[in-house]
Amino acid sequence: MREPVLEIKNFHVDYGLGADAVQAVRDVTLTLHRGEVLGLAGESGSGKSTLAYGVTRLLPPPGVISGGSVVYHSPGGSYDVMTLTDAELRKFRWAETSIVFQGAMNSLNPVHKISTQMLDVIKAHEPDLSPQARTARAAEMLKLVGISADRMDAYPHQLSGGMRQRVMIGMALVLQPQIVIMDEPTTALDVVMQRQILAQLVELRERLGFSVLFITHDLSLLVEFSDRIAIMYGGRIVEEARSSDLYKDSLHPYSEGLLKSFPALRGPRRELSGIPGSPPDLRGMPTGCSFHPRCPHAFDRCSTDIPLLATPSSRNDPTRSVACWLPGRTPVA
Amino acid sequence: MKFLLQRIAFYLFTAWAALTINFFIPRLIPGDPVTSLINKFQGQLSTDAINSLYVLFGLDKNASLWSQYVDYWGQVFRGDLGLSFTFFPTPVSEILSQSLPWTIALVGITTFASFMIGTSLGVLAGWRRGSWLDGLLPVTTFLSSIPYFWLGLLAITLLAGPGSFFPSSGGYEPGLVPSWNGAFFGSAIQHSLLPAITILISSVSGWILSMRNMMVTVASEDYITVAHAKGLPVRRVMVSYAARNALLPNVSGFALSLGFIVGGTLLVEIVFSYPGIGYNLFQAVGAKDYPLMQGVFLVITLSVLVANLLADIAYLLLDPRTRKEG
Repeated sequence: MREPVLEIKNFHVDYGLGADAVQAVRDVTLTLHRGEVLGLAGESGSGKSTLAYGVTRLLPPPGVISGGSVVYHSPGGSYDVMTLTDAELRKFRWAETSIVFQGAMNSLNPVHKISTQMLDVIKAHEPDLSPQARTARAAEMLKLVGISADRMDAYPHQLSGGMRQRVMIGMALVLQPQIVIMDEPTTALDVVMQRQILAQLVELRERLGFSVLFITHDLSLLVEFSDRIAIMYGGRIVEEARSSDLYKDSLHPYSEGLLKSFPALRGPRRELSGIPGSPPDLRGMPTGCSFHPRCPHAFDRCSTDIPLLATPSSRNDPTRSVACWLPGRTPVA
Repeated sequence: MKFLLQRIAFYLFTAWAALTINFFIPRLIPGDPVTSLINKFQGQLSTDAINSLYVLFGLDKNASLWSQYVDYWGQVFRGDLGLSFTFFPTPVSEILSQSLPWTIALVGITTFASFMIGTSLGVLAGWRRGSWLDGLLPVTTFLSSIPYFWLGLLAITLLAGPGSFFPSSGGYEPGLVPSWNGAFFGSAIQHSLLPAITILISSVSGWILSMRNMMVTVASEDYITVAHAKGLPVRRVMVSYAARNALLPNVSGFALSLGFIVGGTLLVEIVFSYPGIGYNLFQAVGAKDYPLMQGVFLVITLSVLVANLLADIAYLLLDPRTRKEG
């Protein structure tokens, strides 16, 4: 097993306070290892973006982190991101963990040049660097993502959507962070651009060796491109496995449903079925397993007890875990 | 650059239209300045004098409308706006050049100060939404909803009066001769304090409110979250990312309000008998002083146009998206 770089433990995020609070992320435990691409998939409202904002402490109010720890392991030592002071947090951000956000179009400030926005982050984190060195670093990073240096003085509105997102990826890598969180980075782009950018990202990861937490609702994308996948439903992780394992042999009925909702490009034909019903209302979560009202295999126990994420008894494989009461998927007693 | 030239051409056209209307209005309203001047001198004018007055005011019945119009343009370019009745026979241009500095100094400085103060408070109030600064909003809104003349009168009643530091009227101490010396300046500043403060009170809340609301809108933009995620200092995020973008509508509002410096000061100058251009207009209306009115309107029109042009230029400089190039 590779060494961990980010360990999220028993993480809870609420929206609002007190009795009216909506629990958007519940008891999530997830580990990101050095150099891997960890996919986080789920429907809209399953809490995946909230989790990403939570671990970087960027949650907009009324989002509140109500429990858990996020331990970051750097070569220089380990610390809990949740206990950092504001100044330490500012240092941690981008230098250790950068984020590429959902809205490629709106992530860049429309009134500043690309270069200004690249340089200010270098200036904030490495104030000792000379202006020439900063510019050289920014230009080099843009070149890596396929933007020529003469576009540095362009304003965001002069770039296409794909170029803007590549600028954002270049900006995310400019301080060579250990972790890059990508929150649906390609949602706003067409499939050709999606593929180009992802291929570039894989290549860059091999060259620079950062880890990626890749958040998307597009499971087909993850199957192909990530090392491990965690499936989120109703604020909890319901299954976690290596991509190939998950694709061939998913254990949770929800993962199965997700996999059955897109066609395979190769291999035998199969029936597409989708998942009946709609995502749960976070204000009134079903008791027990939150997926049970939509689950084709649900039985009595599902509506009363919450299943916990653990290695299933039928697969003796420590890289797999699932939260389900179905026979063979419960933890070894 | 092309965009700017287009705008300038547009404003030149507007200026032409405004000046033309300015030419026709006095000719369309019933009665004419000479009649009112005759009334003023209570019939002690000979027929020759009356005829020469008509020629003097450019209301020569024998000249065609077209030749009057051409003459009018010639006069405008020469800066000759005719003779005022109220201050007969002082030329209108001389009256305006005396009163314009007062208005521009008083209202110009207060408008600028109001914009700066209001915008800065708005930035803070929008950035720290829900802090005590938000409590300031209802207060300033209440103050700005008081009709200006009433606020002015209230200020005079409460603060000015015999023995008070604040003089209740005028632009400077009656005994002083306007010149560039300390005594005159001190007196001018002392006289301008009360009008300035009342203008500030009634106008600042507009800036606060609009800036605060824009800040709140901009603060939820993705690039603000990105700026936070980049670990930039909070000050930089607030100023360079949030306020920089939120400022745009306020800047155009400011440029437009520059145009109203000259025109919008009527009440201030009436209430405080301030020797500015608004007070001129007030006197001109009372005395049916057509040439002076025309002159004041001309100045107001031109200042609004210049302010609009400034707004366009400011926008070009501040928002790269408006620059149509490449």
